[in-house]
Amino acid sequence: MVSISFLALLLGWELLVVWGEYDRFILPGPSDVWQQLQIVVGDGRLQQHSLITLSEVIPGLLIGCVIALPLGYLLAKSPLAARLISPYLIASQAIPVIAIAPLLTIWVRSTYWARVLVAVLVVFFPILINIIAGLRSVPIELYDLMASLHATRWQTFRKLEFPAALPVILAGLKVGATLSVIGALVGEFVQPKSEGLGFLLVTARYQFKTDLVFVVLLTLALIALSLYGLVALLEKRLLRWQQAGSHQKM
Amino acid sequence: MIDKRPFLTTTDLSFVFAEQLHVLDGISLHIQEGAFVALVGPSGVGKSTLLRLFGGLLPPTSGQVLLQGQPPLAHRSPIGIVFQRDGLMPWRTVWDNVALPLELQGVQKGEMRNGRIQAMLDLVGLNGFEHSYPAQLSGGMAQRVSIARALVHEPALLLLDEPFGALDALTRERMGQELLHIWQAMPVTVFMVTHSIMEAVLLADEVLVMNGQPATGNPAKITARIPINLPRPRHLEMQATADFQQDVATIRQAIAGFP
Repeated sequence: MVSISFLALLLGWELLVVWGEYDRFILPGPSDVWQQLQIVVGDGRLQQHSLITLSEVIPGLLIGCVIALPLGYLLAKSPLAARLISPYLIASQAIPVIAIAPLLTIWVRSTYWARVLVAVLVVFFPILINIIAGLRSVPIELYDLMASLHATRWQTFRKLEFPAALPVILAGLKVGATLSVIGALVGEFVQPKSEGLGFLLVTARYQFKTDLVFVVLLTLALIALSLYGLVALLEKRLLRWQQAGSHQKM
Repeated sequence: MIDKRPFLTTTDLSFVFAEQLHVLDGISLHIQEGAFVALVGPSGVGKSTLLRLFGGLLPPTSGQVLLQGQPPLAHRSPIGIVFQRDGLMPWRTVWDNVALPLELQGVQKGEMRNGRIQAMLDLVGLNGFEHSYPAQLSGGMAQRVSIARALVHEPALLLLDEPFGALDALTRERMGQELLHIWQAMPVTVFMVTHSIMEAVLLADEVLVMNGQPATGNPAKITARIPINLPRPRHLEMQATADFQQDVATIRQAIAGFP
């Protein structure tokens, strides 16, 4: 089904270009994009820039998670912390990342870390919100159960709160995984250094190499899809019990 | 079987929720070791609150709860507790749910631990469901898992908060009988909150009646303690006897007759 719909999309696109008689720099057809793809893969440019972008995306995602988890726990557990910190967190989300990114590149000396930081900023919030929602969804009965069994705070976290919140946390991670690509790209746009898919995209646009723009866009989509797929795979492994529930009751 | 030593005592226990709602007032009672005590009363009167105070899950506003002379959470053996619903961890199999209390106590995996879990699953009739997840179980089976988990670490006190309230009538009757069977097989004191007067009479040695309207400023109290002298072992047919009917009528009056 997926492959048929994809072929139909390609065919429609090619026909649109042929019938519309668009210039190649306005709307290249799939065949033009395919040629361009072979060129940039052939000379290794696409792989090189993709690796650079991935090297920003993945640490951005991981660091975002590592910060969000303890902060989310604190905000979910302490009403005082929630009152003190959440206004700033929400306000920070009202400012578009593209507006803060140039500032970050001024403050953070390393180009690389400035870009990672932009990715962190983008992924951090949806993951944080889901961690808080996940922790708040734990049934009170199970907290009572853990208390009645003299569980320590760490045991309660490890054996109750974390597994109970995991489905919601993983849903946040899926959103974060796709956003991390956007984050790294924004970082590359504002940080003039001649590497990364963002750089390749900007140069291609200036040179009216629209087919190359398409190649980069498709690569970005592929990266986001793969990251999403990776989290979905992780979800399937970790939440096997949810599939069990979809069977008929005995 | 019943030891006359006070096992669970409360003295002048009261509980105020959020400094506003006076839920319970002046509750003094003792429960003997090995007894089966049921608590009945109108909805929203604070029955579950009293149960949670007994378990040390809520701190009393004044007065105290002592389990064999100690605060409940300081007692060497953790209590067992069964809720009406949401009591199982959906990500754990039946086996792993029952293993939880032993895990928390640091009982190492091995023959002894496996033996205890298996024995409990046998007792509640869940052989063959070790690897099922809670979502695959019926309501009655899920409650059996909860009971097995509540007893696997051999607690001295078992608290049941409307354990069969979400089950259909037939399953409910059968579960009551199984609970009696388990209670007779184990040296455990049972305190059960229930909505059903019939269930309370059929299972318990003593029925406590709670009355009040905390929402309108009348904190709840224990207004009657009714001993049930039906012989043991109890069975469902006893519901037809005059003694049973008499006890049910007395309790019904004790609840309704309160101003």
